[in-house]
Amino acid sequence: MAYPLPVANVRLKNLTKQFDGVTAVDGVDLDVADREFMILLGPSGCGKSTLLRMIAGLEDPTEGEVYIGETMVNDVLPKDRDVAMVFQSYALYPHKTVQANIEFPLKVRKVDKVERAKSALAAAESLGLGEYMSRKPGALSGGQRQRVALARAIVRKPAVFCMDEPLSNLDAKLRGETRAELIALHQRLESTFIYVTHDQVEAMTMGNRIAVMSRGKIEQVGTPQDVYDRPASVFIAQFVGTPPMNILPAGSIETGKHLVGVRPEHVHISPEGSLAMTVTLVEQLGHELLVTGRVGERRVVVRQPAHSVVPEIGAEVRIVADAADLHRFDPVTELRIDI
Amino acid sequence: MRQRRWRDSGLAVLMLGPSIVILGWFVVYPLVKAMILGTQRCSPSGSCPVHGGLQQYVDAFTSTQFQDALIVTIKYALITVPIGVVLGLALAVLADKYIRGIGIFRTIFSSTVATSVAVSSVMWFFLLNPNVGVLADLLGGVFKTPGLLQGKGTALWAVSASSIWANLGFTFIVITAGLQSVPKDLYESAYVDGANGLGRFTNVTLPLISPVLLFVTVVLTARAFESFAEVDLLTQGGPKGSTTTLTYLAYGRGLPTSSDDGLRATVSVLVFFVLLILALVQFRGLEKRVHYGN
Repeated sequence: MAYPLPVANVRLKNLTKQFDGVTAVDGVDLDVADREFMILLGPSGCGKSTLLRMIAGLEDPTEGEVYIGETMVNDVLPKDRDVAMVFQSYALYPHKTVQANIEFPLKVRKVDKVERAKSALAAAESLGLGEYMSRKPGALSGGQRQRVALARAIVRKPAVFCMDEPLSNLDAKLRGETRAELIALHQRLESTFIYVTHDQVEAMTMGNRIAVMSRGKIEQVGTPQDVYDRPASVFIAQFVGTPPMNILPAGSIETGKHLVGVRPEHVHISPEGSLAMTVTLVEQLGHELLVTGRVGERRVVVRQPAHSVVPEIGAEVRIVADAADLHRFDPVTELRIDI
Repeated sequence: MRQRRWRDSGLAVLMLGPSIVILGWFVVYPLVKAMILGTQRCSPSGSCPVHGGLQQYVDAFTSTQFQDALIVTIKYALITVPIGVVLGLALAVLADKYIRGIGIFRTIFSSTVATSVAVSSVMWFFLLNPNVGVLADLLGGVFKTPGLLQGKGTALWAVSASSIWANLGFTFIVITAGLQSVPKDLYESAYVDGANGLGRFTNVTLPLISPVLLFVTVVLTARAFESFAEVDLLTQGGPKGSTTTLTYLAYGRGLPTSSDDGLRATVSVLVFFVLLILALVQFRGLEKRVHYGN
């Protein structure tokens, strides 16, 4: 049910938000292209939800500007921004039926009763909710409630969808399924999605691009693969990827005083390895084997194929990594160094 | 298995014992005693020689005094309950804002909960008294002659004002607690969806605090039917019975019931049943409109 949409790129200029002197968002510049699926990724308290709420109009920026299309919307009410918001808690009205919940944005816009029933049914059916229209949210499962929240967002055909961790209340299996549904929904609706999450799997699998945030600032914007392959800082290198990137002082691997990073899948256990690692933990995950050990004071994780030889705890193994797979970071600023 | 069940029953009786004794002694026994006393006629000396049986309840209920007092009490409830709920709700909504210094207003609004009915009635007596009252001096007119408490058409309203004021703290606190339990996400969602202030109030606030509003309505109604102290202190049921509520009929001074403990018990038991029926009607009628969450 794609529908003709206005061009809805979102542009943030020097956006800052302070709460009682505490800076939650610090001078953020970001361009979200029309019909892009942009992920705001970061740990709890990094300011990503506050940033999203400023785009939706739920928070006023302390400084800076928000543009939707060509319009500066700082002083525009949320209802007039052509933005829909999906909340982590779903924020469904518990006393209203599924139909009344989905119809609500149209009802407050005084859309004709017949017309809004038709639109609500279409939105509900597109998400497989057609048979639940007369139920109340309390009688639905977590996944169904989540879909009602989505239906309520799509029913008024907004140009921009703001989603604040909409999958975090679902169990792992349902989260995986709903992730795929959201990607399909984005392709079907062809509208702009801005999606906040702290879950890197969601970020990697759903977004056209990821903006990684830390302490109120955006540290890197890029495609998921770009962020994974060329992390801009030690923080991103360790935040994106499971297990996180191993970080070691350069001296143990190559000359220099910088920090060297290497992904667990790029480290191999080999008798010819140049580094000695004492094994402290072995995790057999079925599809792979994670070997954790210590190199000096640093913790190192090695990702091995499933049926590799399982080393003994306490054993000393030799490890090696290809020079092409190494990442280098400044030891003070912890930013990426490209040599 | 059987032995174990017996042992568990013994333990259950032991655990419930204190509650059974306390409730039995202070609730069940007085109620039964009052019901029995209500079938008797007593002399001022306290002896109750005449047994009217259940007919005494029928006679009392159909008597002019009881019917008049019932009408006065219903009027009193119809004035105090809606105004009390609306005022409490309005103050709670006003104070449910994150504004600097709002705590002072919350304290002021809830302060009447710590004021006894006697104190608030005396205060209102001095506000409304035609000779020494502040309002009588300030406003004159009907406030001065004959005075709100002395006018047949105004006395019930004056007593109601005192009662509404005294109950406002309770209503305010309970509704404020209800408002604070409404998830903020729902307001934000409605705001983004385009609902204005009134839309958010009618679509989010009212439905979600409806259980609290039902509770407050039932409690205020019960209080209206039980009101005695304010009537006794402000008007003694007058002028000409215009403020003689059911409870005042049961306990008040200078009435046909005053010297007969049997008749007082009859009226009290009738008030109990009137209240019971009223509470059931309120629950059944309003519950359909109340949402108790998931």
